[in-house]
Amino acid sequence: MVAVLDFIRESAVGDLVAWQHQLEAARRFSLSPALVEGIILDNGLLPARYQRNRQTISQSGQRELFHSRVAVIGCGGLGGYIIEELARLGVGTIVAIDPDLFEEHNLNRQLFSTPANLGKYKVEAALRRVLDINPAVTLIARQTAFSAENGAELLTGSNVAVDALDSIGVRIELADACSALGIPLVHGAIAGWFGHVTTQFPGDDTLQRIYGPEKSCKGVETSLGNPSFTPAVVASLQVAEVCKLLLGQGTPLCGRQLAIDLFSMEISVIEMNDSDRETG
Amino acid sequence: MRVTVKLFASFRTGRFEIETGDYPPGTTVADVADALKLPLSELGIMMINSRHVKLERVLAEGDTLALFPLLGGG
Repeated sequence: MVAVLDFIRESAVGDLVAWQHQLEAARRFSLSPALVEGIILDNGLLPARYQRNRQTISQSGQRELFHSRVAVIGCGGLGGYIIEELARLGVGTIVAIDPDLFEEHNLNRQLFSTPANLGKYKVEAALRRVLDINPAVTLIARQTAFSAENGAELLTGSNVAVDALDSIGVRIELADACSALGIPLVHGAIAGWFGHVTTQFPGDDTLQRIYGPEKSCKGVETSLGNPSFTPAVVASLQVAEVCKLLLGQGTPLCGRQLAIDLFSMEISVIEMNDSDRETG
Repeated sequence: MRVTVKLFASFRTGRFEIETGDYPPGTTVADVADALKLPLSELGIMMINSRHVKLERVLAEGDTLALFPLLGGG
């Protein structure tokens, strides 16, 4: 470990370690790029790929992100962008959960879908993409449908969960599982030109309030569809929330829901705690 | 009874953004949604004067009712 650290320190320019030297350290000392990234960050240095994260994310923040684990439930429209952005941000471990294969109707918006990927599992495409863009990030591909039964097993160990599902019933199961496990949940949903984002902390019932107990399993997206830009906007807002939660900085959307209308270009903030249950 | 209704997202299509109208006493949130031909299955967040309410809630003079559609896509 001393030898690898010496090699890294000698190759650093200032506190930046170039990717080629990170790879060379991995090769010379038979380590994974992820392990080398950990050594770089734990010793006050910064992989050069993150130099434009600076000011927004400090060196110690970048280290915090590397040692974090985020579960993304759903790898479709929202999930593809979320995984892409988490990997580029430098979140060390991403758990990608989705049972489905890419179909042709995914091509208009799902980031990892390509004609060549049709018929391939979404989590496998996510794994290949993350390996392409940031091999120091570990993606754990779970080709399975999230449910109340497997929720604890899938989520345990994650610092934050991200709701990128397309079924309202499963979203509620995810919210319940996160509450039981003490994991904050960043929720996003889309339909047509519209979307919303909120963060539910353990013990809150934000998703229950949004969807209610006896709602149908789909919303107006069944008639409005989902164009390319709405998932990109909502997913980016979700990743900004995840970043703040992992760093313990900023003001999260706790107890508030951001309602996004890209048709009127309006964003509304809805207070979620002002309920009127007695007379409701 | 004067009630102001604010519609959001797809609920505005073919309807309005904001409109103040006369409703008979005893009108509920569900009655307003029905009058506007908003399917109950598509109703998401419902608020009166910025407080969350349920479908059965009875409106009062001067209330502002805000209705958001249910979004579930990912």
